[in-house]
Amino acid sequence: MAGKTLYEKLFDAHAVRQQEDGTALLYIDRHLVHEVTSPQAFEGLRLAGRKPWRPGAMLAVPDHNVPTTNRAEGIVDPVSREQVSTLGRNCEEFGVQEFPMADLRQGIVHIIGPEEGFTLPGSTVVCGDSHTSTHGAIGALAFGIGTSEVEHVMATQTLLQKRSKTLQVRVEGDLGPGVTAKDVVLAIIGKIGTAGGTGYAIEFAGSAIESLSIEGRMSVCNMSIEAGARAGMVAVDEKTIEYFRDKPYAPTGEMFEQAAEYWRTLKSDSDAEFDKVVTLDATRIAPQVSWGTSPEMVAPVNGKVPDPGAEPDPVKAEGMRKALAYMGLEANTPITDISIDKVFIGSCTNARIEDLRAAAAVIKGGRVADNVTLAMVVPGSGLVREQAEKEGLDKIFLEAGFEWREPGCSMCLAMNADRLEPGERCASTSNRNFEGRQGQGGRTHLVSPAMAAAAGVAGHFVDVRQA
Amino acid sequence: MQPFTTHKGIVAPLDRSNVDTDAIIPKQYLKSVKRTGFGPTAFDDWRYLDPGEPGMDHSKRRKNPDFVLNKSPFDRATILLARENFGCGSSREHAVWALTDFGFRAVIAPSFADIFFNNSFKNGLLPIALKEEEVDALFGLVKDNPGAQVEIDLPKQTVTAPDGTQYHFDIDSFRKHCLIEGLDDIALTLEHREEIKSYETAQVAHTPWLFNDLRGHTGG
Repeated sequence: MAGKTLYEKLFDAHAVRQQEDGTALLYIDRHLVHEVTSPQAFEGLRLAGRKPWRPGAMLAVPDHNVPTTNRAEGIVDPVSREQVSTLGRNCEEFGVQEFPMADLRQGIVHIIGPEEGFTLPGSTVVCGDSHTSTHGAIGALAFGIGTSEVEHVMATQTLLQKRSKTLQVRVEGDLGPGVTAKDVVLAIIGKIGTAGGTGYAIEFAGSAIESLSIEGRMSVCNMSIEAGARAGMVAVDEKTIEYFRDKPYAPTGEMFEQAAEYWRTLKSDSDAEFDKVVTLDATRIAPQVSWGTSPEMVAPVNGKVPDPGAEPDPVKAEGMRKALAYMGLEANTPITDISIDKVFIGSCTNARIEDLRAAAAVIKGGRVADNVTLAMVVPGSGLVREQAEKEGLDKIFLEAGFEWREPGCSMCLAMNADRLEPGERCASTSNRNFEGRQGQGGRTHLVSPAMAAAAGVAGHFVDVRQA
Repeated sequence: MQPFTTHKGIVAPLDRSNVDTDAIIPKQYLKSVKRTGFGPTAFDDWRYLDPGEPGMDHSKRRKNPDFVLNKSPFDRATILLARENFGCGSSREHAVWALTDFGFRAVIAPSFADIFFNNSFKNGLLPIALKEEEVDALFGLVKDNPGAQVEIDLPKQTVTAPDGTQYHFDIDSFRKHCLIEGLDDIALTLEHREEIKSYETAQVAHTPWLFNDLRGHTGG
């Protein structure tokens, strides 16, 4: 019998019971909650007279709606304010721990989970947010769910799940200088497509993935959903274990060593079989820039905007035409000829301390270009912000003309006041370039933090390897 | 949940692939703390020419005359026809609530994104995956006969086109059962309460670091 994949190990370890039709009732160890997808679930509990099964397995934080400036003044938008205060009231009523807006530990839900050691290797993690896949980077089974499932987890601590197929994405070889985790995942999505992982749980593996830091692996797993996979994960190694020493909610002392011993088993067996394997050559990955309205529409920075006329599939060609029209781009334009109006460095994809260090390293000494009307850095959490300030990164950003903001989801989805105006073009470290995602009519180009910073200084995309 | 057995209705052709949940319901409407009222702002950016905000009277906004759901008879459609990877992106269940609130009972496409697909079943919206050539044929039929009705029979797992062609679709038996009966799956899961508790008890011993809140007492 073949060995087990990491996904199968995690799934089997959490199966409370197997149903006859092959689905399993899966136990959920960690439930992250934010203000947007939880109010209807709490209301559902209330209407049915139910209580959360295990409030101690939940951690709540407002992130989508929170302002990133003048936070002391509270939230100006009354609708946003009501949603954030509803979260506070619900957490109080149901006994759920919350990091409110004024708490130093507040931040983007997927940044604070690992940062606090609340999400741990070997755990099952859910959240009413598709980027929950981020936590797979630490060897957890983590995936996004809808609000009805949020309510189901609150009430039962379980979810009914069908076993996914398994896809191993191997990235082999050394990444070139200036090529980051973000470029790796954009290249993967470009290769397998936005539905390439639908129905699969992805395990990212290979020497290039192993060489990434835990934070880099989080950027990769974060965008699994952009390839259609609800869950993405990386095997536990010594880096993973070291990452969790001294995290507030992680085990300590003898229990840490006991946990670490278990965590070391969280890797696919050498004879495990995947349903599908895709391999990429890391040495051939260049810094990536998305040119369209789907994350699969990416090109290397030294490439050109593709020509729909050269696409043989008519449905695909029509999609490309619509994307180019929305983006205001001509086919065959060199990527480095695309000038930008705004820069957004932030989001659950790229707002950890290493991301800010990478951006600052590129900016150092430079100034935001005259044609760039707004360049902003939004740290992923209060603790990331504090660390960056200790290192003096805030000064580098501010001196270069970047705005230094308070933590939240911000312009990744523009639920707060941070947004693009119609027609504005943005170099963004976020995860989705959908129409209207960053503001109605806004045009998003997904890039790494270093590439976003370099574009901010040049006023157009540049190859960070030559910057 | 509203049960689903059979349904006959007008099909609206939305000829796009990768329709994402941001397009189905833009972010500004996610600030609502309710499950209802999302219908008037379904596909907001495509449906209206002026920008929308929560709390507006959407009936007074300028409609985009070229958008399919603004054209008669598709403004009365109850079945949505789309291309591959429908519902990709964000996990927002508001996308499903927007479609059901508009009046849709089913979406037919060659493929769906996983989270959207799951969310649909929780709200009595039936996502039907047909083969690409079958979806193509339906697009053709609807184009030639706008307003022609399509019949969906969930117990028989069939879609009957206006020309009488019948297409079979697959569906997970448990989901089919829940949808036909309109079952509350939380109540079903809680029937296994004791199994969940004994799992927890075993895990407290096996991975105690995941149960700081439970060590020393039992769950539930």
